[in-house]
Amino acid sequence: MSSLMQETNARALSLGVPLSVQWDLTYRCNERCVHCYLDHEDHGEMTAGEIKGVLDQLAEAGVFFLTMSGGEVLLRKDFFEILEHARAMLFNVKLKTNGILIRERDAERIRSLGVQQVQISIYSHRPDVHDAITKVRGSLSRSLDAIRFLKSKGLKVTVANVLMRQNMRDYAGVKALAAELGVEVTIDPTITPKMDGDTSILTLRIPPRTLGEVFHDERMVGDVTTFCAPPPGPDDSVLDGFPCSAGHTACYISPYGDVYPCVQFPLPCGNVRSEKFLEIWRHSKALVEVRSIRVRDLSICPGCRHAGTCTRFPGLAYMEGNMRGPSSADCDKSFVRTGIPPATMLPGAAPSGLLQIRESRG
Amino acid sequence: MSSVYVAPSSEIAARRLGDEMVIMSVRDSTLFSLNEVATLIWQAADGSTPLDEIVQRTVCAAFDVDPSVALEDAERFVRELVRHGILSLSDRPITRVPATRPEDL
Repeated sequence: MSSLMQETNARALSLGVPLSVQWDLTYRCNERCVHCYLDHEDHGEMTAGEIKGVLDQLAEAGVFFLTMSGGEVLLRKDFFEILEHARAMLFNVKLKTNGILIRERDAERIRSLGVQQVQISIYSHRPDVHDAITKVRGSLSRSLDAIRFLKSKGLKVTVANVLMRQNMRDYAGVKALAAELGVEVTIDPTITPKMDGDTSILTLRIPPRTLGEVFHDERMVGDVTTFCAPPPGPDDSVLDGFPCSAGHTACYISPYGDVYPCVQFPLPCGNVRSEKFLEIWRHSKALVEVRSIRVRDLSICPGCRHAGTCTRFPGLAYMEGNMRGPSSADCDKSFVRTGIPPATMLPGAAPSGLLQIRESRG
Repeated sequence: MSSVYVAPSSEIAARRLGDEMVIMSVRDSTLFSLNEVATLIWQAADGSTPLDEIVQRTVCAAFDVDPSVALEDAERFVRELVRHGILSLSDRPITRVPATRPEDL
């Protein structure tokens, strides 16, 4: 991150400005990815008119970075009407899409509206593997076509490669494919529970041994020695800091207008259909509570050597039962990356909350 | 360069953050931050007001500064933003400006 970007984030934090918002405009999708955490039924999406009104409120609140996602965002017939309004309000717009619906004329339109970046999910360079994950035959071919159309119009495109058991050996192939296409790639081994709390898809997470191989592959992480270096242990600046930007300079809005601290932090904060966005942002009890938490307030992490370098998701901790607790998948990542056990793996550590035994006696 | 007109390009994203303006070029993702004085000029750059008049009305009205020095600084600032493609410059009024201006937000 550039120093100017860091300064801008710090300024937004000090002013209480929500610099970044991700808005999933629909949960409907034309793929059925095996690892997806969403319910694809339409339970009453906001209309274009409602969305445009809230976009005006977001601009007034100071939102600069607007990620429009889904579901598959291009399934909305009014998508371009909404995008046009967002750009007229001078948002910095990033789209997350599978690209299946993007043909050359759509790419031209996206370019002419001044979208800053388009992110497309690619799971494998092998059609059989990618298509088995999306459950749509021919989807890899169509997503790659979209990337080529967008690139040919001069758009910045990135490939998002989520790693799971089905494609855990394909990351190098995806990286080579991305290089061939002239786009950047991000690799993410995070599989999260479904929004309704169902954890069945967590079985798709890649096993620790393989994750360790990824973290020690210099093609993926660059300087392995630096990336896997033992953590120095948290100092006061870490302990007095915020766990992450969720609820501080960023938040998430669902297709139904629900506001959450982050896309992976389903803590209800309010709904823009019944309240003004700024009212929710400034006064929601849930957001105020999230903002009150410092690293030293967490239940286990302050005593963990990884506290300053861990990728802990407060939202995953919340879904595991305690937003002040650890997110166990990130404990695993810290361990396989450095070989040093996190506090949750040390003798006598309190359980993370992921594994629960419920008992009910009649 | 004083009888020129300036207007924001359509290829930008922009937002006021406190008394500063954050701008990103859609073309090359370069991020800019304008200080309070530069923000005054940016907000007045409506495509129909000459730059020298903008400087008189904004910078010279708000700060104790020599008008010729202020105009020289403004011209340098404008040239820099034009070079990055985030400001359009013309010797006649510019009619095509974004539907919503950052100063409205």
